Formats: sequence, structure tokens, C-alpha cells
Amino acid sequence: MNILVCLSNVPDTTTRIKLAADNSKVDLSGIQWVINPWDELALTRALEIKETTGTLVGKVSVAMVGKTEVEPTLRKALAIGADDAFRVDLDPADAFQVAAELAGLIKANPYEIILCGIESSDYNGSMVGGMLSELLGYTSISSVSSLSLQDGKVALTREIDGGKETISVSAPLVAIVQKGIAIDPRIPSMRGIMASRTKPLSVLASCGSPSLTSFGNFSLPVPKSACRMVDAENVPELVRLLHSEAKVI
Amino acid sequence: MSVLVFIEHREGKFHKGAFELVSYASRIANDMGTSLVALSLGDVPSDELSKAGAYGAGKVLNVNDSRLSQLDNAAWTKVIEQAVQQESATVIVMASGFTGKAIAPRLSARLRAGMVAYATAVPSSYNPFTVRKKTFSGKAFSDVVINTPVRIITLAPNAFGVHEAPVTAEVKQFTPSVTDADFTTKVESSEKFSGKVLLTEADIVVSAGRGMKGPENWGPIEELASVLGAATACSRPVADEGWRPHTEHVGQTGKVIAPNVYFAFGISGAIQHVAGISSSKVIIAVNKDPEAPIFSVADYGIVGDVQKVLPQLIQSIKEVKAQ
Repeated sequence: MNILVCLSNVPDTTTRIKLAADNSKVDLSGIQWVINPWDELALTRALEIKETTGTLVGKVSVAMVGKTEVEPTLRKALAIGADDAFRVDLDPADAFQVAAELAGLIKANPYEIILCGIESSDYNGSMVGGMLSELLGYTSISSVSSLSLQDGKVALTREIDGGKETISVSAPLVAIVQKGIAIDPRIPSMRGIMASRTKPLSVLASCGSPSLTSFGNFSLPVPKSACRMVDAENVPELVRLLHSEAKVI
Repeated sequence: MSVLVFIEHREGKFHKGAFELVSYASRIANDMGTSLVALSLGDVPSDELSKAGAYGAGKVLNVNDSRLSQLDNAAWTKVIEQAVQQESATVIVMASGFTGKAIAPRLSARLRAGMVAYATAVPSSYNPFTVRKKTFSGKAFSDVVINTPVRIITLAPNAFGVHEAPVTAEVKQFTPSVTDADFTTKVESSEKFSGKVLLTEADIVVSAGRGMKGPENWGPIEELASVLGAATACSRPVADEGWRPHTEHVGQTGKVIAPNVYFAFGISGAIQHVAGISSSKVIIAVNKDPEAPIFSVADYGIVGDVQKVLPQLIQSIKEVKAQ
């Protein structure tokens, strides 16, 4: 079986967000782009599964919807260890368009296990994986914190409100993964970086999917007023303030 | 036309999160001049179902089918779709928690209904249908326009509050058409973290970071949380070190929360951490480093040793509570 990991290209998590002068978009100048943190963990887990299950997994591929500027991020995924990469040549307008383009890709190039990060750290939609599974008619499991192959089935742990569940499903499936799926993201080795230059990166034309939403104005959170400091020798004063000023205790 | 709100129960009871959702959906239904229908799956007594009326739901649909007792994304999506069709709903409201994340996007693709996740307010405009949401994990907000006739919104926790708007709720059984073949997710076992306050729903959160020096020092954090009826949380390094479970990690790659009160003990306040807590109404920070960035987002702060401050704080809060 083959595993596809869907990737998103996001600003590094230390980025301070600035807006364009008319607030119509985020000012992308000077931003360092990285693989979305959850997607990076998903890729790490996919590679671990491939390496520990003998010949069971044929290949681990990565896919992204984006224009040429996302290719360095795809090359990084190849350097980390993915076997090949797909880029759908479209600057997507929303999550549905991403999901529909990925569905088109998967219908033409079937995969048994598809991994998506639970959200992207830019638009925080948590939508692509779920939408993709519906468009493909595949089983989806969300909030997945562990995944392994067992006796021809896929064994997963998912988080639910106030607990967790152990689940068994048959492929094909879309697993939407969160923290815990892998301990630490893998870092490319020098050999991996060299190898990534010659690994296949296929560029596919968009299948012309529609978007359902559009982004209007952006705004930034209102800065807070100054912090009120209380002396460490006078802890009861803090409690008094919380009780009678903030009225929260 | 109607607004449909999907509400979840725990062991047959609704909690604050469900009532907040009904309150939010009720405001939208009111703005649109239409009625509000609540949908609940599972074994919930009829007097509990009718409680949704207190927050504005004139009709409550209940599906009591044992096959739906565990989350099966595709099957639940099909059930909600049928309720949407029966009620001619044009707006569907869900929570942005685990279930919402699992179901809402599937429903969106199935109905070709545009979706906004992590909404922080009711629509600012109904034509075009515009909803504000958090982006960049709380570092920014975006106004998203939904361009489809049916719209789905998932609400960020604690973003709207619980507001009473009493009507008499008509409780009705709803029998969707699902077959055994619709269920593909086999739950082998489940584990409940019983008795704990859910982090994303908590009014008060007591959180701690690497300044605690080690997992053996978490006693006072647990004690303070118990005195306040709070949930416990932690920073990313603490979860990565395995001092605390990943389920407690708040921040950009963990949970994004918005409690009334957030205590940060020994947390420096890296930008990724602040992104996950900046919507908290009151932030209290205790850190030995006066330059720690957490103080720039905190409302109240103490520069000092957390191990010394915590016992005094617990003692003092107990005294205030006893009054």
C-alpha cells in the first residue's frame, strides 16, 4: 500500500503577523515558510511506518496545492524522506478548493492511506482532511494521536471530548492527525537534501474546482493595557485584586 | 428556512458549551428572522433535551439509535444532512471541538456549503454572509465571506457566552435513514478522563511551564486548580518533555483556549504560547524573570519564585473563598 501526506505551506510559527496597508491581506514579505507543523509530524509518522513494516508500504508521497513558490517546502519534504511529490498548480482561495484539487489528484493516483494535519497554522480551518474524505467517499478519523498497521487493518487512537478511543478501520482512509502522532518532526539529513534534488516532483494542472468562501478584511488583536505588578512578598494583594477589582475569584 | 444547531451531551447531560452554542445560533436565527432547531444524537432524557429551549431553540430533534453512540464521521454527517434537509436549514452551527472538526468539514463538502471554523462572533453581515474568525492561531482575525446558500459555522469556545432567551422547546424524535453499511469506524476501547474540567470549556485554567523545574512539582498546580474548579494546562516544552500529557498543551500547535481567567506559572510566554491564550479575559503571570514576554500580555503579574508564590496564593484564595 502507498501513503500520501497532504502538506500545507505556512509561515514559521515565530512569525509576527503584519497586515497590508488596506487590511485586505497579510503582509507576506520577509516570512520564512515551513511545512505546517502537524503535516510535518504526519510525514514523520508515515516514514516511520514505511521503515518498520518491511515491504508493506510501497512509497510515501507528499502533495500540495500551490504555485511554484511552494516548491522549496515540497523539496524539504523530499529531503526528510518522502519518495515523490505532487504540486497542483493553483493558488487556492479556500479549504474546499484545496480539498477538491487533492481529491482530483487522488482519484487519478489512488492511495490507501491519506494523512492530513488537523489544521494549518495560518488559517486554522481544520477543514481540508474532512472535506477530502467526503469528496473521496473514504472513512475519516479525526484528532488522531497514534496510527499503526495491524493485520491488514489500520489501528488508531483518537482524542474525543474528555477522553480517547482506540479504533480499527479498513483502508482506504483519511487520517487527520494531531500532536502525539510522532514525537518530534524529522529533520532532513545532508544525504536527504542531496537526494531530494533528483526525486520526482510532478506538477499537475488544476482540475478547475470552485471555492465556497472568500477572505475579506484582516485585523489584529487589540494590544493589552500594561500589566499590573504585585510584589512577590504580598501575594494576598493579588488575590484581593482578583476578587474585588477583576471580580474573577 | 431555519438555523440548525448541533449540540453534544456527555452521559445524557448538556454542559455549558452546548448552551453557548444554542445561544449563539439563537442570535443568528433572530437576526435572520427564522426559527432555531437543535439536533442531539444519543440517549438524552426528554427533560434534558427541552433545556435547549431556555436559550432559544423552539424545536429539539433527538436521534436515539445505539449505532450512533460512538462517533462515526461519515454516518453522523449523513444523519445531520438529513436533518438539514428536513428542516430546510440554511445555517448550521456546531462547536469547534473534536466532533465539530470531524463532522463539519465532511458536511460542508457533502452539501457544498461554505464553512467558517473558529468563528469568534455572530455574522457581521448577512448579505454577503460574513463571519469573523481567528487566523494565525489567534495572532490575527479574518472576515470570511461565505458565498453559498447553505452555510456552516463552528464557534470558538467561550467566544459568545451563554445567554438565556426562553421559548418552549418542542422535543421530537428524528429517525434518519442510515444502514449498517454507513458505519465504518469500529471503536475497540475508550478511556474517559472522568471528573476533570474540560480544558477548552473551563472558566478558569491553571497552567504551568518549564519554570516548574520538573513533573514532581505539579502538586500545587493541581491543588490550585482544584480549589478554583479549574482545568490544568501546560506549555509546549512541558508536554514535549513528557512532564504532562499532550492533551494539556495550550498554544499555537496545541489547544487554543479562551477562558475567563488564565494563570501562567513559570511560563515565559513565547509567541506560539501567547497565540493560544491571548483571548483569555484575565491573564495572571508569575515568573522569576521580569523581562519574560508573558508580562506583556498579562493583566496581573508577580515577579518571583513560583514555588514560593503558589502555596501563599492557594492559602489566600482559600481564605477569600471561605468568606
